[in-house]
Amino acid sequence: MNHLPLIIKREYLNKVRNKSFIVMTFLSPMVMIALVAAVAYLSQINNDKKRIISILDETNVVGEAFENTEHTTYTLLDNMGLETAKALVKAREDFGLLYIKKRVDTLNLVNSVSFYSDESPSVSLISNLERKVEKRLSDIKLQHDGVNIEQIKASKTTVNIAQETFDGEKTSKVDSYLKLAFGGAAGYLLFMFIIIYGNMIMRSVIEEKTSRIIEVIISSVKPIQLMMGKIIGTSLAGITQFFIWIILGGVLLFVVSAIFGIDLMQIQSPQQDIINQAIAASEAQNVAQDLIVGFFNLPILNLCIAFLFFFIGGYLLYSSLYAAIGAAVDNETDTQQFMMPIIMPLILAVYVGVFTVIEDPHGTVSTVFSFIPLTSPVVMLMRIPFGVPIWQQLLSFAILLLTFVFTVWFAAKIYRVGILMYGKKPSYKELFKWLRY
Amino acid sequence: MTNLLVANSVSKSFGNFKALNDVSIEVPKGSIFGLLGPNGAGKTTLIRIINQITMPDSGQILLDGAPLKPSNVSDIGYLPEERGLYKSMKVGEQALYLAQLKGLTKQEARDQLKYWFDKLEIGDWWNRKIQELSKGQAQKIQFIVTVLHRPKLLIFDEPFSGFDPINATLIKDEILQLRDEGATVIFSTHRMESVEEMCDHMALLHKANKVLDGKLTDIKRQFKTNTFEIGLQTSNPEELRHILEEKFEVFPATFKNLNDDIKMNIKLPLDTTSNDLLSFLTSKAEIHHFVEVIPTANDIFIQTVKNN
Repeated sequence: MNHLPLIIKREYLNKVRNKSFIVMTFLSPMVMIALVAAVAYLSQINNDKKRIISILDETNVVGEAFENTEHTTYTLLDNMGLETAKALVKAREDFGLLYIKKRVDTLNLVNSVSFYSDESPSVSLISNLERKVEKRLSDIKLQHDGVNIEQIKASKTTVNIAQETFDGEKTSKVDSYLKLAFGGAAGYLLFMFIIIYGNMIMRSVIEEKTSRIIEVIISSVKPIQLMMGKIIGTSLAGITQFFIWIILGGVLLFVVSAIFGIDLMQIQSPQQDIINQAIAASEAQNVAQDLIVGFFNLPILNLCIAFLFFFIGGYLLYSSLYAAIGAAVDNETDTQQFMMPIIMPLILAVYVGVFTVIEDPHGTVSTVFSFIPLTSPVVMLMRIPFGVPIWQQLLSFAILLLTFVFTVWFAAKIYRVGILMYGKKPSYKELFKWLRY
Repeated sequence: MTNLLVANSVSKSFGNFKALNDVSIEVPKGSIFGLLGPNGAGKTTLIRIINQITMPDSGQILLDGAPLKPSNVSDIGYLPEERGLYKSMKVGEQALYLAQLKGLTKQEARDQLKYWFDKLEIGDWWNRKIQELSKGQAQKIQFIVTVLHRPKLLIFDEPFSGFDPINATLIKDEILQLRDEGATVIFSTHRMESVEEMCDHMALLHKANKVLDGKLTDIKRQFKTNTFEIGLQTSNPEELRHILEEKFEVFPATFKNLNDDIKMNIKLPLDTTSNDLLSFLTSKAEIHHFVEVIPTANDIFIQTVKNN
């Protein structure tokens, strides 16, 4: 008798009707949007704040080169003692005081610049100041050696390398970022999905154990049917939740940005800087057009199919492990020791994805990790936008599939024995013994 | 009478631990079969093998003459000792789900549930969650779920634990009625008085081995020791007591009746009958009380386990 649909239905309905699930589904996007809006709002306030930095320049050659910017005003102080200057700056409630000490050799100022302020300044502020001083000094040095600064300035050029594959496909930097974004999003989505819903499966197995209903159930159905039903039912609930999040999040984001007029694009993050630079670099061309062309240049069909397969494969692989853990223990606190071996490869996969695939999508490390089954789903998904030969994808998926079959066998064994074991926390050795029962 | 369930030389080990060692039992159709044994004797393992939850290492289980197959789950109703239900699920939904897992269609399950809910007068529980019920109430639901699909074989592991006397009697009557309607019942319990009251067959497991089985009356006959409990009235009790102690093997007896002078158990040699004892006693005193001592299931249990 095939009870799988019945079990899936129960698991799904049980999850979806759960109050905390419903609350999470509808509250999370709101909280997220509220958070994003708050950050955007605050960073806007922060950007609006004007800073005044006073400069006490005993050399009389450096300070004059500081130009005011939108958010920072530099004021040169007349020659006075450092202590007087400090008192003055403090009284005026300026942000800080940049002090450049006089040296016999004007050019040797390396260690004689200091900054005083009430609050400790940000790293970017200090490095910005350092850059300015360095720039000014090297200009002075060059002038001193008789070089014409104007000439150097005039000689500066920007190069934007046009990329093209041997097959004649045009690519651009924007393209690469797009690939990165797609691959990263796919890998990260899988990662999040595994963590959230894997845990949910584990908890639901533990719940059946602690409520002692398990023996009644498995006198009617095979444990592996119950396990698969649980995994599939919970996954469907997860997909439902994800869709609601995406739709609700999109709508809310739109509404919030419309109401508060906050330009969410203005939130500054390091990645965005890189992208902004890239966009600036290729400004000559039409960025929007680039994006569209880049999007259609992606191996979209391949990406979609591979996403489907690696996502499902990777998720099922991990969730059967979660189910086995749930079966092996009595309560959630006992799960810690078994979680490590699951979480480690996942985190490793994300690290490899973030640090190596971006750097070198077809390098040895990336390639190897896109074949190792526990990391392959995440790493392969991140690699695919950069174009991975079909045979590699197929091989990797075949390995994943084989591992999945083995893992389900292994998990089902542990599950079958574990769900009837109460009271003691098993060790790895005991788990191994269960395999032979 | 044919056997509904036969276990042939069933063995099962968990690692180095032997849970069942070559155990064979026969459960006649329409009987109430007591599966007894101290804690850890292997009862639950045997029951789980019958339910196909665990597979035996060797040996075979026959149901209705054929080896067990997966579809047999709908022929068996099992109430485990460790019982429980989904706490946050509604009573009705849960019962429907479990019944469907046992192979009933939704409509059949609904009809059966209505019948049982009316019978046990719990119709208004349908939309309540298990966690809102008391332990005894949840047990009632669990009992209904066990018998709902009208299985040929019912297996109860400590069925009365958690019930108050009223509900225990109610459940007992239901079990007896199910038996009368043709079901065969296996009981696993420590409560010897319910064995005495309900079982007609029994098997005793001890340390993975079957040490005793058969019809309860046969077993009792086998264990009786030709001992009689007597109460006598006489003018000279001291002298008579002395004579009896000389002539027979006697033990002190305690039972309630009106001021008998002598109360004792007398164990007769195997070649002596009760009539011999009676005729001996009539000449000596007035007999007020004369009963053969029949070993209780409790006595048999303790004696067998101690001897092994």
